[in-house]
Amino acid sequence: MEYEEAKQKLIDGLTKKTKSKSKFYFSDLADILEMKPRDAKKIVNQMVTDGILEFWSSGSTSMYGLKGMGKQAAAEHEA
Amino acid sequence: MAKHKTPLLDQLVSGPWPSFVDDMKQYAAARAKNEKKIEYQIPVDVVDDLMGLLELSYADGTTHWKHGGIVGVFGYGGGVIGRYCDQPETFPGVAHFHTMRVAQPAGKFYKSEYVRKLCDLWEFRGSGLTNMHGSTGDIIFLGTQTPQLEEIFYELTHTMGQDLGGSGSNLRTPSDCIGQARCEFACYDTQDLCHTLTNDYQDELHRPAFPYKFKFKFDGCPNCCVASIARADISFIGTWKDDIRIDQEAVAGYVSGKFKPNAGAHAGRDWGPFDIVKEVIDLCPTECMKYENGKLAINNKECTRCMHCINVMPRALRPGKETGLSILVGAKAPILDGAQMGSLLVPFVEVNKEDGYQAIKDVIEAIWDWWMEEGKNRERLGELMKRQGFQKLLEVTGIKPVPQHVKEPRHNPYIFWKEDEVEGGWERDVTEYRKHHQR
Repeated sequence: MEYEEAKQKLIDGLTKKTKSKSKFYFSDLADILEMKPRDAKKIVNQMVTDGILEFWSSGSTSMYGLKGMGKQAAAEHEA
Repeated sequence: MAKHKTPLLDQLVSGPWPSFVDDMKQYAAARAKNEKKIEYQIPVDVVDDLMGLLELSYADGTTHWKHGGIVGVFGYGGGVIGRYCDQPETFPGVAHFHTMRVAQPAGKFYKSEYVRKLCDLWEFRGSGLTNMHGSTGDIIFLGTQTPQLEEIFYELTHTMGQDLGGSGSNLRTPSDCIGQARCEFACYDTQDLCHTLTNDYQDELHRPAFPYKFKFKFDGCPNCCVASIARADISFIGTWKDDIRIDQEAVAGYVSGKFKPNAGAHAGRDWGPFDIVKEVIDLCPTECMKYENGKLAINNKECTRCMHCINVMPRALRPGKETGLSILVGAKAPILDGAQMGSLLVPFVEVNKEDGYQAIKDVIEAIWDWWMEEGKNRERLGELMKRQGFQKLLEVTGIKPVPQHVKEPRHNPYIFWKEDEVEGGWERDVTEYRKHHQR
């Protein structure tokens, strides 16, 4: 799958789900992309570099979200 | 005069042991005085507010930190952990209090000049509070605000040649013992292997795609000074194939009292004269040693590398010359529940620097492929091994079962025959069978 096609597929998949949550495990992204983890990682990393996705970390676990969805860095400290 | 009253924290100071509260108070006072005229980039009273917040947590019996965040440095999915306080009006100094993990140099070898540079940077752009070192080994910077993150990262990488460590669902900062630099027992160059794999697996360290955290730890010998066997998803423990080297003259030296056992450790009280039978031979877990007519003998086939005899008589006994390492997998040391020791996967592999440790990398990457595909979210490798079985791990790594894989005979018979391994498969002629076996 080409990058542009995969990118759109992931954006569509995540947008559908953003009503209930804004952060996703890496495995959710690989499932949407229907790719093996290592191939999905290349797409996901490129999308982070392009500013479409962003990381979220609890310290022990990492998640991904569409940039701008959910709470933002500037407002993270607000209740 | 302290900014907040901290009677509960003050109680910690009253005990017989040094307290972190002393350190924090001392530093809060120094920060307020600012004799070095530092242009602090985050509030000067950050440490006072931190103590105030901790006091409140002690009084309430609950935390006032919120969980996680999206902060980080560009392109990195780890190394920075967002921390926010839920009482920002009372404690504005710690409203944002992000943690940064700085990868420790291999073997934690560094000069005081390096620590000074790190501390100067951190006083200027952070709280000045550090944790040297965290349990994974990183140098931990405790508390800064979002605009400082990229600035600190730039300084670390461009001026100091220093990277951030791992956090989140990443490969965590690999950690190793001091190894051959200082230790005569080290069976391989732990620092080189640790440093090489850290560099080669940068993508796994900084861009999270694992189900959960993943830890490598490197011990030069089975003394396991970094406790890899108890807490690393893959532990690399130095070992040897041939016989323990014995210097009978030195053995006699220990017996006669010429040399102190344990290289003089535990010498703080009088334990009486050294008794080789009581203190070494009888304590051998596999009973593979004997001492007769002034000669020490070891049945090396039975030795499980417990290191006790070598530790007690280091002048007389040394690991063999054919050295390498054992790979154990699946250990974890969670705080609350479910601690697990590593299971032996590769009894012996040569540590080959020339080919870039390919044999070791083959095992690592096969394990990652399996875990990345099959591991559930927040499932450690050790848990996946329990869920799918050790046999599955052998299958995915292409390692043949050997007796060393069996922990106890008849206790964990996880190695089963498969149809294609059995002559004729599972199908059989029942009529033929009934000719010899009645119903």
